[in-house]
Amino acid sequence: MFDFLDSGQYDLLGAFWVTVQLTLYSAAGSLVWGTVLAGMRVSPVPLMRGFGTAYVNVVRNTPLTVLIIGCSLGLNQTLGITLGGGTFKDIGFRLAVLALTAYTGTFVCEALRSGINTVPVGQAEAARALGLSFFQVLTLIVLPQAFRAVIGPLTNVLIALTKNTTVAAAIGVAEAALLMKEMIENEAQALFAVFGIFALGFVLLTLPTGLILGWVAKRVAVKR
Amino acid sequence: MKVLKAGAAVAVAVALALTATACGSSKKDDTAASDAGSSGAAKKDKIVIGIKFDQPGVGLKTPDGKYAGFDVDVATYVAKELGYAPDQIQFKQAVSAERENLISNGDVKFIVASYSINDKRKEKVDFAGPYFLAHQDLLVRADDNSITKAEDLNKKKLCSVTGSTSAQNVKTKLAPEADLQQFPGYSECLTGLESKALDALTTDNSILAGYAAQDKNKGKFKLVGLSLSNENYGIGLKKGDKELQTKINAAIAKMEADGSWEAAVKKNFGPANYKNEPAPQITEGK
Repeated sequence: MFDFLDSGQYDLLGAFWVTVQLTLYSAAGSLVWGTVLAGMRVSPVPLMRGFGTAYVNVVRNTPLTVLIIGCSLGLNQTLGITLGGGTFKDIGFRLAVLALTAYTGTFVCEALRSGINTVPVGQAEAARALGLSFFQVLTLIVLPQAFRAVIGPLTNVLIALTKNTTVAAAIGVAEAALLMKEMIENEAQALFAVFGIFALGFVLLTLPTGLILGWVAKRVAVKR
Repeated sequence: MKVLKAGAAVAVAVALALTATACGSSKKDDTAASDAGSSGAAKKDKIVIGIKFDQPGVGLKTPDGKYAGFDVDVATYVAKELGYAPDQIQFKQAVSAERENLISNGDVKFIVASYSINDKRKEKVDFAGPYFLAHQDLLVRADDNSITKAEDLNKKKLCSVTGSTSAQNVKTKLAPEADLQQFPGYSECLTGLESKALDALTTDNSILAGYAAQDKNKGKFKLVGLSLSNENYGIGLKKGDKELQTKINAAIAKMEADGSWEAAVKKNFGPANYKNEPAPQITEGK
C-alpha cells in the first residue's frame, strides 16, 4: 500500500523541511511584528493606535489564501518585486513568509494585548511614578509579564501557523501540501494512504509543539 | 436582551434554511447517483457525466450555466449513443484528484475530462478510447520567437499548474534548470505571461489551444508546437464494466467515422496555430 514511497521519486522529508522552515521564519517574523503592533495598540499616540487597530482588523479578516496569492500576483507578477530572490523558488518562499508574517502578526498582537491586560494597572502606574518613559514601562515592566501569561494562546497561534503554511502551495512553494498534490496526481490508487501520510506528518509537527510549550507555559506563568 | 433574542432567532432561521437547502441538494445528488449506478436500468432518467468545469476548449462551465468544449461534445455524443438525449445529461465537476473516486463511488457513469490513460490509473478504473491524442506543449506571447525547443526553457521562466504531470515533466526531464512557477490554475499563469513576468506556460496543447482561442486572449498568445509528451485521453469508467466499455468504444468509433469528431475538434480548438492529431486508434478493452 505504501510501496510508492520506496520509489525515491518523492522527497517527503525535504518537503516537510520546507514546511518547518516556513513555520520558523514566519513565527519569528510574526512574533516581532505582532509585538510591535501590540505596542502600537496600547501606545498613547492616537495615530499609532489607529493604525494598529485598522491593520489588525483588516488583515486578520482577510483570508490567508487571498493574501498569499495577492502577494504573488500583485507584488511579483505585476509589480515585479522579487524581495531579493533570483528564482521563483526563492521568491515564492520569501513572499509566503511575508504574507504569513503579515497575517499571523495580527493574532500574536491580539494575544499579547490580552496578556498586557493581565498586568495590574498599579505596576504601570508605579513605573511611571519612578519616571520611566512609555517605552521603558512597556519593555521593562509590562511585556515581560504579558509574554509569560500568553504562552498558551501563542502556542495555538503557532500550531495554526504550521498548518497555514500549506496555503503556500498556492504560489508554488515546494512544501508538504504541494508534494501531496503531486503524489495524488501520480498515485491515484493510493489516495487515502497519501492523505494519511500527510495528516500524520502534520500531527508529528504540531503535537510536540503543543506539549512542549504547554509545559513551558506552566513553568513560567506569573502566579497572582 | 432584545438584541440577544433577535440574534438567536436569526441564527435559528439561518440554520434551518441551511439544513433545508442541504437536504434538498443531497436528495437530488442521491437520485442522480443511483441513476448512474443502475447500469442500463429499465427507466432511463438521467445520466451523470464527469467533466472539467475550468478548461476552455476542453470542458468549461460558462457563466450562464451551459457547458462547452471538446470533452463536452464527446460526452454528449457518447450519451446519445447510449440512449440519452442531451436534456437527460447531468454534468458533474471532476477535478483531477477526485476522478478515480467519483467513478468507484458510482457518483458518475463515466468521466470525459482530459483524462490521460496510464497504468497507475488503470489499477483503479477502466478506460474506453482513447478518443484524443494531446501533447505537452508551450504557450508563449505571440511576438516571442526565442523558444523553439525544450532545452531553450532552461533559461526561461515557466509556469504550470501545481503538482500537474506537465510540471513534473519539466522538473524531472525536459528542462530541470527552468525557473518553474506553479499556480493553482492556468488563469493565474496567463496574468504573468501577459505582464512578461513569465515566458511560457506549459500543459497539454488541447488545453493551451482552448485558452489561446478565448475571445479575450485572441492574438495575444501562440502555441510553440512541440510534442513533449503523448497524452492519450480516455473515457474513465468503473473497473470491470466491460459492457459499458464496449458500448463507449463503439460510440467513439462512430463519432470518428461520421465526421462529428473532426467537426468538434475544429469548433473547439480553432485558432492559435493548433494542428490536431488524427483520431487515435482505440486500444482499451481489446
